[in-house]
Amino acid sequence: MALVRQDLQTGVGRKIPHESAAKHVSGEAVYIDDRLEFPNQLHVYARLSDRPHARILKIDTAPCYEIPGVRIAITSQDVPGQLDIGAVAPGDPLLADGKVEYVGQPVIAVAANSLETARKAAMAAVIEYEDLEPVLSVEEALKKEHFVLDSHQHKRGDSAKALAGAPNRLQGSLHIGGQEHFYLETQISSVIPTEDNGMIVYTSSQNPTEVQKLVAEVLGVPMHKVVIDMRRMGGGFGGKETQAAGPACIAAVIARLTGQPTKMRLPRVDDMTITGKRHPFYVEYDVGFDDDGRLHGIDLTLAGNCGYSPDLSGSIVDRAMFHSDNAYYLGDATVTGHRCKTNTASNTAYRGFGGPQGMVAIEYIMDHIARTLGKDPLEVRKHNYYGKEERNVTHYYQTVEDNQIAELTAELEASSEYERRRREIAEFNRTSPILKKGIALTPVKFGISFTATFLNQAGALVHIYTDGSIHLNHGGTEMGQGLNTKVAQVVAEEFQVDIDRIQITATNTDKVPNTSPTAASSGADLNGKAAQNAAITIRHRLVTFAARHFNVTEEDVEFRNNHVRIREQVLPFEELIQLAYFNQVSLSSTGFYRTPKIYYDRDQARGRPFYYYAYGAACSEVLVDTLTGEYRMLRTDILHDVGASLNPAIDIGQVEGGFVQGMGWLTMEELVWNPQGRLATNGPASYKIPAIADMPADFRVRLVENRKNKEDTIFNSKAVGEPPFMLGMAVWCALKDAVASVGDYRYAPLIDAPATPERVLWGIEQIKQAMARDAVVETA
Amino acid sequence: MIRFLLNQELRVERDLDPNVTVLNYLREHLGKTGTKEGCASGDCGACTVVVGELVDDRIRYRTLNSCLTFVSTLNGKQLITVEDLKDNGQLHSVQQAMVDCHGSQCGFCTPGFVMSMFALQKNGSGYDKAATEEALAGNLCRCTGYRPIIEAAEKSCSVQAQDQFDRQYEATLAQLRAIAPDETCELSAADNRSFSPLTVADLAELYCSHPDARLLAGGTDLALEVTQMHKRLPVMIYVGNVAELKTVETFDDRIEIGAAVPLTDCYDVLSREYPDFGDLLHRFASLQIRNQGTLGGNIGNASPIGDSPPALLALGAQVVLRKGNSTRTIALEDYFVDYRVTVQQESEFIEKIVVPRSSAENNFRVYKISKRLDDDISAVCGAFNLQLGDGTVTGAQIAFGGMAAIPKRARHCEQALVGQPWNDETLESAVKALAQDFAPISDFRASKEYRLLIAGNLLRKYKMELSAPEQAIRVTAHV
Repeated sequence: MALVRQDLQTGVGRKIPHESAAKHVSGEAVYIDDRLEFPNQLHVYARLSDRPHARILKIDTAPCYEIPGVRIAITSQDVPGQLDIGAVAPGDPLLADGKVEYVGQPVIAVAANSLETARKAAMAAVIEYEDLEPVLSVEEALKKEHFVLDSHQHKRGDSAKALAGAPNRLQGSLHIGGQEHFYLETQISSVIPTEDNGMIVYTSSQNPTEVQKLVAEVLGVPMHKVVIDMRRMGGGFGGKETQAAGPACIAAVIARLTGQPTKMRLPRVDDMTITGKRHPFYVEYDVGFDDDGRLHGIDLTLAGNCGYSPDLSGSIVDRAMFHSDNAYYLGDATVTGHRCKTNTASNTAYRGFGGPQGMVAIEYIMDHIARTLGKDPLEVRKHNYYGKEERNVTHYYQTVEDNQIAELTAELEASSEYERRRREIAEFNRTSPILKKGIALTPVKFGISFTATFLNQAGALVHIYTDGSIHLNHGGTEMGQGLNTKVAQVVAEEFQVDIDRIQITATNTDKVPNTSPTAASSGADLNGKAAQNAAITIRHRLVTFAARHFNVTEEDVEFRNNHVRIREQVLPFEELIQLAYFNQVSLSSTGFYRTPKIYYDRDQARGRPFYYYAYGAACSEVLVDTLTGEYRMLRTDILHDVGASLNPAIDIGQVEGGFVQGMGWLTMEELVWNPQGRLATNGPASYKIPAIADMPADFRVRLVENRKNKEDTIFNSKAVGEPPFMLGMAVWCALKDAVASVGDYRYAPLIDAPATPERVLWGIEQIKQAMARDAVVETA
Repeated sequence: MIRFLLNQELRVERDLDPNVTVLNYLREHLGKTGTKEGCASGDCGACTVVVGELVDDRIRYRTLNSCLTFVSTLNGKQLITVEDLKDNGQLHSVQQAMVDCHGSQCGFCTPGFVMSMFALQKNGSGYDKAATEEALAGNLCRCTGYRPIIEAAEKSCSVQAQDQFDRQYEATLAQLRAIAPDETCELSAADNRSFSPLTVADLAELYCSHPDARLLAGGTDLALEVTQMHKRLPVMIYVGNVAELKTVETFDDRIEIGAAVPLTDCYDVLSREYPDFGDLLHRFASLQIRNQGTLGGNIGNASPIGDSPPALLALGAQVVLRKGNSTRTIALEDYFVDYRVTVQQESEFIEKIVVPRSSAENNFRVYKISKRLDDDISAVCGAFNLQLGDGTVTGAQIAFGGMAAIPKRARHCEQALVGQPWNDETLESAVKALAQDFAPISDFRASKEYRLLIAGNLLRKYKMELSAPEQAIRVTAHV
C-alpha cells in the first residue's frame, strides 16, 4: 500500500534523462551508418553540377564503368517513376533533367562496392554544359521579380497614411544571412529491396511519411510497398524535413535497378554543397513612430532567398511575415513577403522556419528607432509590446491571448539587474577606450502550429504485452530533442507505470501512417496527445474490465505508481494486464489528435494560424574590441515559457541549445559564396558554429514557473523546439549596443546579420565616420 | 607490419593500406561504429579517440582525431575508443556524468566528447574550467549549447575513482613495453607503403632512397589529401617515432625544438619564454590537433596563414634542414618562397627549429584574429617584436600571416619604425607602410580591406599594450 501512495518517479514533469542517453555515451546508439552492411552492399556517390545555371549538352557515364567495383551509374533517364521530388510544389528533380540550376545539384549517381570507388567513378563521367545566365543575389531576383512562388501580403489599416502622418519616420534595409544546419550526422539513407517491388528504407529524416511517398513516386509503386524506419537522427534542426528525401530516393532507385541493398551517405562537404540552408533574407522598411518610439505604421518587405526551387519556401516566408511583429503591435501595417529565386541550393526549413528572420527585421527596426530618439532600446521595445486588452491583435488578425511578455520582461529585467548593469556598462565604456561593452534585452513571441493547418495532426500506437511491458510508437521523430522521452513520460503518466516498462521504438510508417513531419516545434504537442489518446483508450478498457471483474464501480479503480488499486485491493500493473488478457480485453490501441481552433484564410490574409504563443526573453552582455571587431559573450540571462514542463531537464536543454544556435546564426556563422555561385564555406574548417568557449561565460537559464498553458495542450505544456532559438537575438543587439557606445549611442550601427568581427568593425568605422562628418558640419 | 593494443588486445596488422585512417579502420575493418564521422577533416571532434603512448616509461593518454590519423602511426601504442569505457556493463564515470547532466541530445557528437573528457580526467587532477574548455574546444555540439557538457566535465573530474585503466595499468605498461618498436617498421598493402624510422639517420637515408615519399608527422594536414582531396599517398615516411626529432633542448641563448615535437609539447617551453606564444598555441586549432600536429609540420606545409610562422618570424627563428648527412641552418624568413613553396630540396627535411631565448629587450606580442575564438584559422595573425632604447625604436621584427601568399615580414613597416621615436606619429607612418608590404586578398574569412585595417590596428594595439601594460585591452583577457 505504501508504494501506491508514492508518486510515480518517471512520469510527466520529471527531469528524467534522454531515453538514449546511456547509449549515446557508450557508442551503442545505432545511427544508420552504424548498421551492419550486407555482403553485396552498394554505396552511392552523386556527381554534382559545377555550374550555377547551365543546359546539359551531354552526359557520358561509360567511363564510370571502367572503374573496378562499379555496379551502376544513373541519370534522370533511369528513374522508373516520377522524377520530381518537390515537397509541396514541383521543382526538385531527383537528378538534373536537361539543365542544372545551382552548383551542387546532383546530376548523376554512381553505385559501387565502396563509397570511394563510387566517387572515383562518378568523377570519371563526362558531362558537358552550355552556361546560362545565373541569378545569384536576392536583390537582383527581387528587382527582376524572379520568384519561385507568388508573393503574399498582410495588411491592416492604411500604412501609407500612418507613415505620412507619423511624427518620426525612418527607412532602411537589412541583409540577414542564412545558416547551415550542421547536424553532426550528415544526410543518409540505407535501402533494402524487398519482394513485390517493395523497399525498406532506413533514413535519417524528420519526415518519414514524405520519404515514403516520394520513394513510392520515384519507383512508380503505391505507398504501401514502401516502409520507412527512423530510429534516431544525429541532429535535424529542419534540415532533414524535406531534404533527407533525395538520398533516400536515389538509393531506392538504385536498389530497384540492381536488386541490391544500397546506402547513400553524404560526405560533409557534399552535404553542405547539395542541401539548402536557412533562407537569407533581404528586408526593406519604412516605419513611422511617435516621440516615445511607439509605432504608428510600417511598410515592411521581406524577400526570402529561396534558392532554385520552392521546397517549403511558401510557408517559410509566410512565417517570416507572421513573426515580423515579434512581440510588438505594429500599428497600421503592410507586410509583404517575396519568394526570390536564385541559382543556389534550395533553402529549406531551419529551426524557426522564417520566424527568426521576420523577428530580426523588427528588432533591427526597434534598435534603429531607439538610437534615433536617443532612448534605451529596451524602453522602445516595451512601449511597443502588445497590450492585454487593447493593441492586442496582430497584423494577421489573431488576438494575442494569455500575453505574458510584459511580466516576463519585468521579471528578467529585475533578475538580470538590467538597469544597474546598463549604468555600469556606460561607465565602463566611458573609461575604456578600446574595449566596449554592450547589453540588450530582447523578447520572443513565437506562434505554435503548422501554418499549413492540415499538418496539425498526429497518430500513435500503443501495445501492452501480457507481461505488462509496453510498446510505444508514434509518428514523431527523434532528432535529439527528447521527443521520445517526453511521449514515453506521457504514456507512463497515463498508466502510472515507470518509464523503463515502456519500449520506445523506431518511427515506422507501417505502424503509424500518414504522419506529419516533426517540425514547427509540434512534436510533443501533437504526438504526446496522440499517444495519450491511445493510452486513455486502453486504460478505459482496463478500468471497465476491472470494475466488472471485481464488481466495483469504475471510480474504484485507480492506477498509481506501477499498481492498480481496486477499492482495498492492490494489484501490480502486470497482474491486471494478465487478467485482462485472459478475459479477452484488447491491449492495443491507436491514438489520434488534431489541433483545435486554428484556421487561416489566405485570400483575406486573416485568421488564427497559431493555437497559442510561446514567450521568452534574453538579456545578453558582450564585450567588443573596437580595433579588431572581435567580441566575447560575457553573460546571458534567459527566462523562457514552456507552460507546465513535461521534462524540465530536456526543456532547459532546448532553451540553452536553441539560444547558442541562434547566437551562432547572428554572429560567427557566415555563409559565403564565390562569384560563380559556389559555396566557399563548405565545411567546418571554413564555416564556424559556436564552440565551447563561445557559450556566455556566465549563463543563467530559467523556465517560467507555475504558468500552465491556458490551452488544452498535452499536460498544459508548451512547445520548446524553436522559440528559444530567437533568444540569440539578444547577443546581436548587445553587439550593436556596444558598437553604438562608440558614438555615444547617438548613431544606429547598421550591421547586417551575421555580425562577424569584420561586420562589427565596419559598424564601428561607419559610426566614427558619421561622427567625423558631423564634427565637420558643427565646425562649419 | 604494425603492432598495437586495441584497448587491451594485441593486434598485429601485416597487410593494410597505410592510407587507411584510424576512423575507417575502426568503422569499416573492425565494425566498431561507436566512433563517428562528422566531417573527416579534423574540425568537429566526433571521431575523437584516445591513444596511450609509452613516454618515459609511463603511459601518456592523449586525444586525437581518428579521421586524420593514419593507422600506421598506431604502431607500439594503445588505442582506446568509446566502446572500451564501459566496465562490466557499468558506464565509466565520465559517461555516467554525461547522462546525469543531460549532456547528450542527438548523441552523435557524444562519443567524441566522452573521449575528450576521459583524457581530461586521466590527465588532470580535479576540475579546472580553463583545462576543460581547452580539452573540449575541438568537439562541436550543435544541440546542447555546451553548458551541460561542462557540468559533466566538472562532475567527472571532481571524482577520482579508480577505473579499469588504472587497475590494468601495470599490465598495459608491460604490453606496451613489449611492443615498443626497435627498428624501422613498414606497413604496406597493394602499392602503398609507409615507413616509420626510429633515428634521424635512418630517416635521412630513407628519404634519400624514396625522394617521392611524403613525410608524415602529425598528419593533420597531410591526411586531408586523402580524406578530402581523395588522393592516395603511395609512400609515406612517419617521423613521429624519430627520437632526435622529438626533443626540446634549452640553451642559454636559444631553444631547439625537434621538428616532430607535437604542438602540445611545445607549449611549456614557448609559453614560459613568450607568454603570448603560449596564448597563441592555446588557440591553435584544437587540443586533438595540437596533440598530433607538430611545429615542424606547421612550418613545412608552408600555409600562408599557419599560426606559428608569424610568431616565429618575429622572433627571428631559424630552421635546421637536413638532407642525408648534411645539414644547413637558415632563417625562417628565407625558408618560405611562394605560396606553399619552400627552399627545401628533394629529400631534405626540417630537423629542428631554433628559437632565440627571451631577453630583457624583448617586446614580443602576437595577435590572432578569427571569426571564432577557438579552433579557427586566422583571418590575420600579427606578430610584433620591437627593441626600444631611450624612446627610440632600435630594432623591429614584424610579421603577418593571412596577408600574403606566405607568412611574411612587414619590411616597409619595420623600416618606418627603426631609428624613429616611438610615438604616435611614427606609429601612424608605420601603419601606412603596411599597405606597401601587403596586398591581401578577399576570401570567406575576411575582405582585403578588413585585413589591411586590422593589420594596422594590431600595430596600434601593440603600442598601447607596451605603453600601458596594466590595461587589458584584449577581449580574451576579460572572460
